[in-house]
Order: sequence, then structure tokens, then C-alpha cells
Amino acid sequence: MKLFVTVKQVPDTSGKVSVKPDGTLDRASMQTVINPDDLNAVEAALQLKDACGCKVVAFTMGPPPAEGMLRELMAMGVDEGVLITAREFGGSDTYATSQILAAAIDTYGLEADDIVFSGRQAIDGDTAQVGPQIAEKLHLPQVSYVGAIEKNGDALTVRRLLEDGYMTVKVRTPCLLTCVKELNTPRYMNIREILCAYEKPLTVYDYDALKDHPLIDAETIGLKGSPTNIYKSFTPPPKGAGRILEGSDRSTTDELAGILAAKHLI
Amino acid sequence: MSANYNSTDLGAFHNVWVFCEQRGGVMTSTTFELISEGRRLADELGVELCGVLPGDGVDGLAKELGGYGADKVYVCNSPLLRYYTTDGYAKVLCDLVEAYKPEILLFGASNIGRDLAPRCAARLHTGLCADCTHLDVDLDGYAEFLRKEFRLDTDGMSFTSNLFDASANLKMTRPAFGGHLMATIVCPRFRPAMATVRPGVMKKRTYDAGKAASVEVVHPAFSLAAQDIQTEVLEVVKAAGKLVDLIGADVIVSVGRGISKDVEGGLKLAGELAEELGGVVGASRACVDAGWIGADHQVGQTGKTVRPKVYVALGISGAIQHRAGMQDSECIVAVNKNETAPIFEAADYGIVGDLFHIVPLMIESIRAAKAAK
Repeated sequence: MKLFVTVKQVPDTSGKVSVKPDGTLDRASMQTVINPDDLNAVEAALQLKDACGCKVVAFTMGPPPAEGMLRELMAMGVDEGVLITAREFGGSDTYATSQILAAAIDTYGLEADDIVFSGRQAIDGDTAQVGPQIAEKLHLPQVSYVGAIEKNGDALTVRRLLEDGYMTVKVRTPCLLTCVKELNTPRYMNIREILCAYEKPLTVYDYDALKDHPLIDAETIGLKGSPTNIYKSFTPPPKGAGRILEGSDRSTTDELAGILAAKHLI
Repeated sequence: MSANYNSTDLGAFHNVWVFCEQRGGVMTSTTFELISEGRRLADELGVELCGVLPGDGVDGLAKELGGYGADKVYVCNSPLLRYYTTDGYAKVLCDLVEAYKPEILLFGASNIGRDLAPRCAARLHTGLCADCTHLDVDLDGYAEFLRKEFRLDTDGMSFTSNLFDASANLKMTRPAFGGHLMATIVCPRFRPAMATVRPGVMKKRTYDAGKAASVEVVHPAFSLAAQDIQTEVLEVVKAAGKLVDLIGADVIVSVGRGISKDVEGGLKLAGELAEELGGVVGASRACVDAGWIGADHQVGQTGKTVRPKVYVALGISGAIQHRAGMQDSECIVAVNKNETAPIFEAADYGIVGDLFHIVPLMIESIRAAKAAK
């Protein structure tokens, strides 16, 4: 049994975000972080590893510095990293990305008792699409929004969260699960693993390593091959300045109540 | 994908389709929003609007879809479709798409829509845009949207592309990077153009009883066997306790980190103010992450998008993620100790002060104003 985790290095959108005059993101000025939901996916895999003693392999697609993120994950307990990096893969939308990741997982070798863990969604695009699209490309059953996992033999009983409750779903391996923050609390790096993080195997898949896979077709990967394209992008301007009411006492709240009453809002 | 289906044969695709999501035989309110929006797009294109409704004995729901604008509803009944499964729903939907070839296919961006849509897009070999907040076909309408909603100067903008016909493609607009950027996405080379649409954003049309009565119900042939479905639903559980209905609320009183010095007291005050205004309590992501209040109360980019008549933000700094979920409210009132808090940029009326001091006064003032009416 092997456990695969797909992870993404993302700009930290919770901090200061700067936008260039042309309306694109100024990534150089921003911190990068491991996508938060992906950490829950990593933790889910590590917990299963703790219980079964199997291998955890993290896959990421990104520029070469993403190796740093893979080393951090190794310092948490991940055993191996696969870095997928090629100019040809740049600019891929979710469809193209999922084909490349699926090709990489398949090239590494997916067996009957393996499980792929993905985060629910990444904070840069918030699409939640890559996990299910990888599952389709690999013909795996998927369960998304997973908030609890229980494993009995080759069957998993998982809790799939819905807006108004949850479903309990039984699925057999191999399968793909997308994980939400309710699933667990990601562990920290630990000293023992930090010391050996740089000795753990890291495989780089470049274009040549994947180009012969049936899912990799120059027509359907990268910026040119992506089915969706950006037509326009722009920054939302702040709403016109409102009015700060004077003071902070009963006369201020009376004024507010008067305005709301005049607008028939109360 | 069957041999005679080719997602690049653009001319073979017609009509606008909406995936109609029901849970336990009840249509989700987002479906009606999508049908309403789909009606507008179908009119812009001069084509039919069709709903696709998988379920088990759900014919009775088709009429309602007609009332919101559907011309036709494809109803697929099977005991295997009683509960949502990715495999079962994806097979039925993809088979119908291959047979009937719609040019646009919309889903609600619910936990079900966002599971089903990417699976189908990957199978059908087409593009999918997630969590859209605005859709256009007509180019003039799109330019007007940019002018009105974003105050962009569209006179100097070029709307044409040398790669595709911008006036014939669905333009799907959505926030990205936590709301810091807006992007309009197109899917020019493949059909159907697919989108999931954020719940609560599209306006429902007025229900038309005449249109409901005249909706055409179709039972298309489809094949689905138990072995097509690789997962088994063991139980479906509704959350205990009543979940707050933020999307349907006219008034929302939301709390943020400002209640941290007395969480219980702050929530109580917010509840009292909400009750006085006839509304419900919302919260920022910080409060939900801290475990002070349930996730069903969360307003913002990763929570719900709301547009109540009155939105009161108490002790919320107003990070862009939060503003993305409430800035379209009709009237926004902010109370914050920090006069430079970004929430005041989104607010119509602001009061600089401690919410624990201001809110009791607000309640008194509102009571007095109501009594004076």
C-alpha cells in the first residue's frame, strides 16, 4: 500500500497581497505557503502511515523552488517527494494540471491498495477541481469534502461533508479523497524527520519523463492546451467611501436608527 | 467518451443546460437561481433553457423549474439516483450531454455541484470555471457589468480577441486570490462551456405559474447499473440543530475578532441586535476558525456570499476575503474600535467605538425609532 498526496505551493492570500498595474498578481512580493487544505491531506496520509507503516509520497507541480516545500513535508514525515516541473506545463488550468498530475501518479505506479489524498481546494484559485479531475483521469472513485476516515481492509468508510449535514460513504481502494480542515490538525515538523529530510528521495519529473504518457498531449497541457483561458482580469475597486457618524454615544446610535428608519430598513 | 462525440465540434452544440440539484426530493434554492440566470443567457443566445434533473421519483419538481424559466426538463428517475453519488450522477449527466450536446452547462457551486462538475468536465474534455459570480454572453452586457459593478473605464478597453469570437463565448467572471483579483474566463475551443455558480449571487426571477404549467417534461433514455457506481452511501445525516439561513436573511449582524475579550457576551449582544432588526447572526472566518461559532455562520470568500438589506459588521476588520462575501449588501453598517479598519471602506455608515459599548445603545435607539413610527 502506498499513499499519495497532491500538494501545491501557493501565495499567502491571507497576508498582504499586491497587484501589479496590469491587474496580475505581484507574486514576487508575496510569501508562499503550503496550501492549507493540502496539509490536512498530508496529515491524513501520515496518520494512516502511523497505523499501517506504509509509504507516503508527495506530488507537486511547480517551479524548482517548490522542492523546499517537499522537504518541509518530509520533515513532517512524508517519505518521498515528486516534483513535476517543466516550462511546457506552465500556465495549465485545472483540466491540464489534473492530466499532468494523473500522468505523474500513473508513471510512479498506482496499485490496487493505494490511496490518493488531495486538499479540498487551493487558496489561490479556490476551484476544488483538480482532485476530482485527477480521479476521473485515473478512473478512480472519488470522495470529496472528507471530514473523517476509517479504514477496514481495502474498504474506507468516510464522512463526506455537506452544507446541511453529511453523508457516510463506503469506498474501496484505489481511490481519491479530497480533505477539508475539519478532518484533522496537521502535525508540526519534528527534529528526527528534519534531520533526515534532505536524505529522503526526491524525484524530478520533467517534460521528457512524462511526455510519452497517453495523458500528456502537447495539445492539452500548458497554457496553450488548457480548455479555459483568461479573457480579462482586473482588481475590484473599493466601494465609494461611506460616512463615519460622529461620536460614539446614544446620539450617534440615534442618528443611525433615524437613517435606517428613513430608508425603511427598520 | 463515445466515438461520435467531439467536444471541439463547436457548431454541434446548442441550448443552455442547468444541473438541477435536489436533496431528499427538495430542490435546492440555488437551482432556482441558476434556472433564472440560465433563462437570461438562453435569451441572449436565442436558444432553449433545459434543466437536467436526476433523482428517484422527482417528476413533481419539474413544474417548479418551469416556473423560474426552464423550457424543458430532462427527468432521470432511478432508485440508483436517490442519493447523490459521483459515479451515478456523472454517468447520467455525461451520457445526456453526449447525446444532446448543450453549449453551456451550469451547476450550483455546492459541495455536490463542485464534486460533480469537475468529474464531468474531465470526462467530456472541456473547460470548467469554478464558483462564478457573474455570467455573460452578450458583449455589451459584459462591458456594462464592468462599468457598473467595478467602475472600470471600458471606452479604452478592447473586447475582441484574435484567438476566438468574444461575442459568441460565455464569459465567466469570478474572484480569485481570495477576492484580490477578478478574472473573466472563457472556454473558446470546447463545448459545453461549463461553470459552477456561487450560491446566493444570481437573482431568482419572479415565479411564473403559466410557464410552470407549460414546461415540457422529457424522460430521456439512460442506462445506469449498480456496478457503474463505485461508492456506497451508507447514511445521509442532516445536521443536528437548525442551521442559520444566511442567504435568505434580510438582516445579518456579523461578529469578528472584536468580540475576543468576551466571546460569549459579544455573541449575545449580536444575537439581541439581530433579533431587534429581525435578522440572523453571521461571523467572520476568524470567529469560525477559533471555534466560537459554527461554520454555517461564516460570511466571506470561503463562507457564504450574502446580500441582505442590512449588514451590520461588529468588530470585523474587513479583510478582502470577508468583504467579497458581503459588499453587495444594500446597506452596510460597521462598528469598529479602529478608525482605519478596512471595513469602513465597504461600509455605508460607520461608528468608531467599542462594540460592547455601542451595541446596547444601538438596540435602545432602534427600539425607540420603531416605537416612534
